[in-house]
Amino acid sequence: MREYPALRDVAIAAIALVVILAIPLLHHSPAFEDFVIRLSAMALFATSLNLLVGNTGMVSFGHGMFYGLGAYAFALMMQMTGLSLPVAAVLAVLITTIAALGVGAICVRLGTDYFAFITLAMQMLLYSIIISWQTFTGGDQGLRGGIPRREIFGFELASQLHLYQFCAIVAVLGLLALRHVSASPFGQTLRMIRDNENRASFTGVVLWRARLWAFTIAGAFAGLGGVLAALFVSGAYPELADWPNSGQAIFAVMLGGINSFLGPVLGAMILLALNDVVTRFTEYQGLVLGIVILAFALGLRRGVLDFLKFAWPGRSR
Amino acid sequence: MDLDALGACLTIPACVVNQTTSGLIVGMLLFLVAAGLTLIFGVLKIVNFAHGTFYMLGGYVAYTALGATNSYTVAVLSGTLAMAVFGVLFERVLISRVYGSNVLMQLLICYAVVLIFDDLVKIVWGPEFHAMGMPAAFQVPPLFIAGGVVPPFYAVLIGIAALIAIALGVGLSMTRFGKTVRAAAINPQMVSALGVNTTLLFAIVFAIGGGLAGLAGALAAPVRSLSPGMGFSILIESFIVTVIGGMGSIAGALVSALLIGMVRGFGTIGFPKFTDGLIYIVMIAILLLRPQGLFGRRS
Repeated sequence: MREYPALRDVAIAAIALVVILAIPLLHHSPAFEDFVIRLSAMALFATSLNLLVGNTGMVSFGHGMFYGLGAYAFALMMQMTGLSLPVAAVLAVLITTIAALGVGAICVRLGTDYFAFITLAMQMLLYSIIISWQTFTGGDQGLRGGIPRREIFGFELASQLHLYQFCAIVAVLGLLALRHVSASPFGQTLRMIRDNENRASFTGVVLWRARLWAFTIAGAFAGLGGVLAALFVSGAYPELADWPNSGQAIFAVMLGGINSFLGPVLGAMILLALNDVVTRFTEYQGLVLGIVILAFALGLRRGVLDFLKFAWPGRSR
Repeated sequence: MDLDALGACLTIPACVVNQTTSGLIVGMLLFLVAAGLTLIFGVLKIVNFAHGTFYMLGGYVAYTALGATNSYTVAVLSGTLAMAVFGVLFERVLISRVYGSNVLMQLLICYAVVLIFDDLVKIVWGPEFHAMGMPAAFQVPPLFIAGGVVPPFYAVLIGIAALIAIALGVGLSMTRFGKTVRAAAINPQMVSALGVNTTLLFAIVFAIGGGLAGLAGALAAPVRSLSPGMGFSILIESFIVTVIGGMGSIAGALVSALLIGMVRGFGTIGFPKFTDGLIYIVMIAILLLRPQGLFGRRS
C-alpha cells in the first residue's frame, strides 16, 4: 500500500463510509444523524479552508463567503427553477468556483495581513448585499419557505436517514478529492510556497497562479459544504455568510491541527460536539467555549492532531 | 439607493451640519479604538482581536461608575483606567505567552477572551440593552450651527478625541518615550540591547491601547446603547480603519476614521440600506490602489 498512497486513501475513505452508513442501521438515533449531517457540511468547509491556511499559509478570514454563496446559490436555484437537485448542486458549486476565481484574482497578490483583511471585507460585502437585496435574498430573514427536496437516485431527501446517507457520501467524496489535491504535486508545491516562497519562485513556480488555484479550489469545496448546509436548514440564512461563521471554520482548523489532513475534520467534530453539549447545560456557551479554547491554545499550543504528532514523532503522514 | 436625497441634503446647510456631526462622532470614536489597535500592532505586531471587548467593558464600567457616583467625569476616568489595567493584565497573563508564535494562536486567544467577556457581561449586567442617558451636565439646549442642531455633548466628545489625537501625535514624535516606542516598533531586540526595559514598554503600550478603547466606550455610552455584542461591530470597523490608514500609522488611523465616519454620516442618506457595503467597497478600492494603506510603509 505504501507505493500507492492514493489507493490507500480511497481504501480508508471506503471503510469510513461503510462504517458511517452502517451505524444508523445498527442503532437508530436522530440526534446522531443530525450531528453527522451538520458535521459533513462543517468538515468540508473547514478542510477546504485548511488547504489555504495549513497547506499554503494563506490565512483567509473570509472563507465563509463561499460557504454562504454556495448555500444561497443552491437554495435560490431550487426555489426559483425546476432544476433537479444534482444539477442545482453542481451549478451552485460552479458559481462559487467562478466567484472564488474572481475574488482570488483581486486578493492573492497581497501580503499576509492585508490578504486576511481584504478577504474579510469581501465576505462582509457579500453579507451586506444579502442583507440589503431583500426582494431576491429575503434580507435578514433569509430564504424561507424551504427547499423542495426532490428525489434523486432513489434518495428521498425529506427522510432524515436518506439525507444522512446523502450528506455522508458527498462529504467523504469531497474530502477524498481534497486529500488528492493536497497529496498531489500541486499540493506539494503549495507547501513549498508556504515554507519558502522565494525558493519556490526560484524553481519556476508562478506564486500568484498557484495561490489563485488553491484559493479557487478551496472556494469550490466550501461552496459544496454550503450546499449541504442549505439542505440541512432547508433554506439559506445570512448567518451562513456572516463572519462568525468564518471564525468557526478557523477554530475548527486550529483545534484539530493545521498540519494534518484530517485535523480540521476532528476540529469540526470537537467544535460541534462542544456547542451541543454546552447548550444543554448552560446558556453561557461562549464562556465555556472560550475557556476550552484558552486551555487548548495555552496548554497544547497547537491543534489536537498536530499535538499527537508532536508528542509521538516518527509516525508522520 | 437614494441619490436625489443625498443631492438635496448637500444643498441644505442644516443637513450638511447634522450629517457631518454624526459622521464626526462615528469617526472620532472609531479613531480612539483604532489608534490603540494600530499602536499595539505597530509596536508588538499583535493583531488584537479582543480590542472591541476593551471598548465594551469601558462602556459598562463607566455605566456602573456613573450610577454609583453620579459624576460623568469619574465615570469616564474609571472606564479609561480600568481598561488600561485590564490591557496590562491581558498582555501579561495571556498575550505574552504567545509572542513569536503562530498568528492564528494569538487570534484564537483573543477570540476566547471575546467569548468569555461577552458572557461575563451578560452575567453581571444582564443580556438586555442598557441606556446610560445623557449626563446631567449636558442636558442643556443644543448649539445651532447654520441651522443644524449640535448637542453640546457631541462637541465635547469630538473635542476630547481631537485632543487625544494631538497628544498621541506629539507624544510619539517629540517625547523621549515616543521615540523609544517608535524605535521598538522597528527593532525591539536592538532597543532591548540598548538597555530599555521592553517588557515594561510593551505593557505600557497595551495600557495606552486598552485605555483609549475604554475611553471610547465610556464616551460612546451616552450616545449609543450598551449591549453584550457591542464590541464585535466596532472591532470590524476599527480594523477597516487601521487597514485603510496603514497598519501602525496613527495619522492614517485618524484620516481613515474620519473618512469612514463621513461615509457613514452621508451614506445613511444616499444609501440607507447599503451603508455597511459602501464602507467595504471603500476599503477594497483603497487596498487595491494602495495595498499598504494610505499612510502605510511598504514592507
